[in-house]
Amino acid sequence: MAEGTPLFKVTIDGRTVEVPAGTTILQAARKIGGEVTPPAMCYYSKLQGSGGKCRTCLVEVSKGSDKDPRPMPKLVASCRTTVMDGMEVKNVTSEKVLDARAGVVEFLLINHPLDCPVCDQAGECHLQDLSYEHGKADTRYEFQRRVFEKHSLGPYIQLHMTRCILCYRCVYTADQLTNKRQHGILDRGDHAEIATYIEKSLENDFIGNVIDVCPVGALTDRTFRFKNRVWFLKPMNAHRECPNCCGKVTLWNRGDEVFRVTARKDEWGEIEDLPDGKTAWICNECRFEKKKTSDWVIEGPREINRHSVISQGHYVNAVVPNETFPEVMGREPRIKLQIHDVSEVNEPDRNISLIEGPAHSDDFKD
Amino acid sequence: MSVKLLLDKANIEGIRYYDAWRKNGGYAAVEKALKMTPEAIVDEVKKSGLRGRGGAGFPTGLKWSFIAKPEGVPRHLVCNADESEPGTFKDRYLMEFLPHLLIEGLIISSFALGSNVTYIYIRGEYAWIPDILEQAIAEAKAAGWLGRNILGTGFDCEIYVQRGAGAYICGEETALIESLEGKRGNPRIKPPFPAIKGVWDRPTVVNNVETLTAVVPIINMGGEEYAKIGVGKSTGTKLISACGNINKPGVYEIDMTISVEEFIYSDEYCGGIANGKRLKACIPGGSSVPILPANLLLKTAKGETRMMNYESLSDGGFATGSMLGSGGFIVFDEDQCVVRHTLTLARFYRHESCGQCSPCREGTGWMEKILKNIEFGKGKLSDIDLLWDIQRRIEGNTICPLGDAAAWPVAAAIRHFRDEFEWHVLNPQESQVRNYGLAHYADERNVVA
Repeated sequence: MAEGTPLFKVTIDGRTVEVPAGTTILQAARKIGGEVTPPAMCYYSKLQGSGGKCRTCLVEVSKGSDKDPRPMPKLVASCRTTVMDGMEVKNVTSEKVLDARAGVVEFLLINHPLDCPVCDQAGECHLQDLSYEHGKADTRYEFQRRVFEKHSLGPYIQLHMTRCILCYRCVYTADQLTNKRQHGILDRGDHAEIATYIEKSLENDFIGNVIDVCPVGALTDRTFRFKNRVWFLKPMNAHRECPNCCGKVTLWNRGDEVFRVTARKDEWGEIEDLPDGKTAWICNECRFEKKKTSDWVIEGPREINRHSVISQGHYVNAVVPNETFPEVMGREPRIKLQIHDVSEVNEPDRNISLIEGPAHSDDFKD
Repeated sequence: MSVKLLLDKANIEGIRYYDAWRKNGGYAAVEKALKMTPEAIVDEVKKSGLRGRGGAGFPTGLKWSFIAKPEGVPRHLVCNADESEPGTFKDRYLMEFLPHLLIEGLIISSFALGSNVTYIYIRGEYAWIPDILEQAIAEAKAAGWLGRNILGTGFDCEIYVQRGAGAYICGEETALIESLEGKRGNPRIKPPFPAIKGVWDRPTVVNNVETLTAVVPIINMGGEEYAKIGVGKSTGTKLISACGNINKPGVYEIDMTISVEEFIYSDEYCGGIANGKRLKACIPGGSSVPILPANLLLKTAKGETRMMNYESLSDGGFATGSMLGSGGFIVFDEDQCVVRHTLTLARFYRHESCGQCSPCREGTGWMEKILKNIEFGKGKLSDIDLLWDIQRRIEGNTICPLGDAAAWPVAAAIRHFRDEFEWHVLNPQESQVRNYGLAHYADERNVVA
C-alpha cells in the first residue's frame, strides 16, 4: 500500500470495514471473513489478471458510493470491482445474488463428471465446497456430459480435462512463473480445453504450481495419484534449503511416509505469502522428488483452516451446543425403534445380576 | 423519396476508385475538417446526436469525449468491421462499394481523436474486402490524404487493415482489441474501459463502420443540419440490411421517420412478403435482439404505429418491444417455424461463445440441446420452463454482451410464441411434417378474406 492512499469505508451485508482505495470488494470481504465472503473459483489474489470468469463471486451493489448513491444495474464480479467510499454491497443477504450463484453452480456442474469418489482433489476441492454451499442435490441436466481424453503432461502432472471449469488460473500461473507458457486454451465455448496443442510435457522448474492453483481435480499430482485420500493424511509444516525456491512447504504424511508435498495454503486455498511479501511458490524438485522425511526439517503440524473435509475430526474451535434436546424441542427425543416392542430379549424387569453363569436365551424366557 | 446521406453516390460508375470519388465531391469533408480543431469536430458530432450504429446505440460524441488524453501516450481509433451478427450486412456493402467513404470518415475521426495509427479490424469471412480497402488506402495515400503531414496541417495518420480469424466474439470491442493485439479473442473484464486502456493499454475508441462513415455527412452539412433528419433522439439516417422472406432483400438507407409497415410493404424498400405469403414475425435488429410477432411488430402494445427508429422499436421494453440494434432486419413468413429458428440461433451462440465465463459457456450449450429435443419431437413441457430459467440466469451475469445476446432470442421466442413450443412438445409427430402457422400472431392485414 502506497503512503497516503485514502481509506474507503465499505459495508458488506451490514458489516463495515475500512480498506485502502483500489481494493476489490472480494478482498474487503475477506478482511471481514465469514459468510460475508463470496466464493471465488477463478480469482487468485497472487495471480495478476485472474478473476472475473467464473461468476460465482457476483454481488449486488445496492449503493455505488457516497458521492453517487445509485445502485449498480447488474450484479458485479466482486473479485474485479474496486470499492468506492461509502459503497454498500449485498452478498448473502440478496436474493438476486443467491439465485445467480445457484445458477452458476448449476452451470459449472452440468459438464462436471462428479467423479469425486475417484478424484484426488476430493476433500480439498473448491467446487465441492461451492456445491455443498450453493448447489442443489439433484440436476436438471439430462444430456451426455462433455468428455475429454486424459492426458499426462510429463512425468509429474496429470490433466483430467473433463473436470476442468476453465478458470484460466493455470494459464496465468505459467505466464507469470515461467519464461514461456507451454499450454493454453484451445477452441472456444463449451468445447474449449486446456491443452499443449501438440501433445507435450510441461517442462519448467515451477510448473508444478499449477496443481496447487487448480480449484478442481483437473490438474493433479501424478506422484500422488490414487495413493491416498487427502483427509487421511496429516499435514505438517516443513522446510529445506532449496537453491531454487523458498523451500517452505506442507508435507502430507501418514506415519513416517510422505505422500505428497504442496505449497502452504491459507484459509482461502491460496498459496501463502512469505514474510518478505513474495508468494511461497515451490519448485518441482521440492514438490515431486523429496518424498522422504529425512529430506525435510519438520516444523510441526499444520492447521488447515479450510472448511472442507480435510479439517474434519480436528474440531478446532468447534462450537459445542449448551442446550439440551428437551429445552430446544420441548419434548424428549423420539427413539425410532424400541427394542422391547420387537423382542423379548432384555426384559426390563429381569434382574440380570441374579442370573448364574453366562446368560442364556433360556434365562430370559419364563 | 427519402434522404440519402451514405448511399447517395453508390450507383455512380467507378465510385470504388479514387478518381470517381474525388470528382463526385469526395474528400471535401476531410479538407473542411482538417481546418477545424479536433474539439470542434467532437462538438459537431455531439450536436448531430449520432448514435453508435453497431447495435448498442450509444451516443458517439459522448463516447469520443470519454477518451483519456494522458500526455505522451498515443491514442488509437479502431474501426470495428467485424460485422458478424447474423442478418447484418450493411458494413460489408459500405466497404465493398464505397471504401473511400470509410477512409474519409476514418481520417476525420482520427484527427478528432488524435489517433496517428488507426486500424480497421475486419472479419475473416470478408476475404475479398481487405484488398478493396487496402487499394483505397493506397490511392488515398498517393493523393496525400494519408501519411505524414496531411494537407500541411502537421497531422500524421496511417490506416492499417487487420483481418480477424472468423469469430463472432471479436465484434465485442474488448475482444476485438485482444485479437488485434494478436491474442486469443476473449473479452476483457471492464472496467477499465477501452477509452482508458485499449489497444496496448493506450486510450482507444472502437467504432462501427457505419458510425464512422456517418461522420462524413455530419462534417459536410454540419451537426445541427444532420440532427434535423430523423426524429427525437434517432437522428440521421440508418442502413438497414433486410433479408428473409421478402421480395427485395438488400441494404436500404432510411431516415428513421418511416413506419415498420411501410418498410416491409412499400416497393421502395422490402416490397412485401415473398410469394404472397403472410407476415408471421420479424427480428428488427440483428439476430440477438428479441423477435417480435407480426401484431406487436406493426403496432406497439399501446396501439401506436411502430416506426423504424431506436425509441419506437424498443417501446414497451423487452416485454412487448425489441431493439433497432445493428439493423439486421430478418422477416419470417407464415411457413417459418419459430422453434427451428430459435434452435438455429442457439446453435450459433453456443458455437461462438468464447468459453471464458461459466454462465455463457455452459448455458448456451444446454439451451441448444434442449431446443434440439423440442424441435425434433423429444421435448417435455417442463423443458420450456427450464429454458426460461436458463436464459434468465445467463442474462446480465456474463462478462460481455454475448451472454445477453444468446439469452434474448430464446426469451423472446418463449415469451411471444410459447404456444408454438407447447404445440411442438404435445404433437411430436405432427411437428415434424408441418409448421404451426400463424395462429393469433397475425395482424389484421394478414387475414385472407
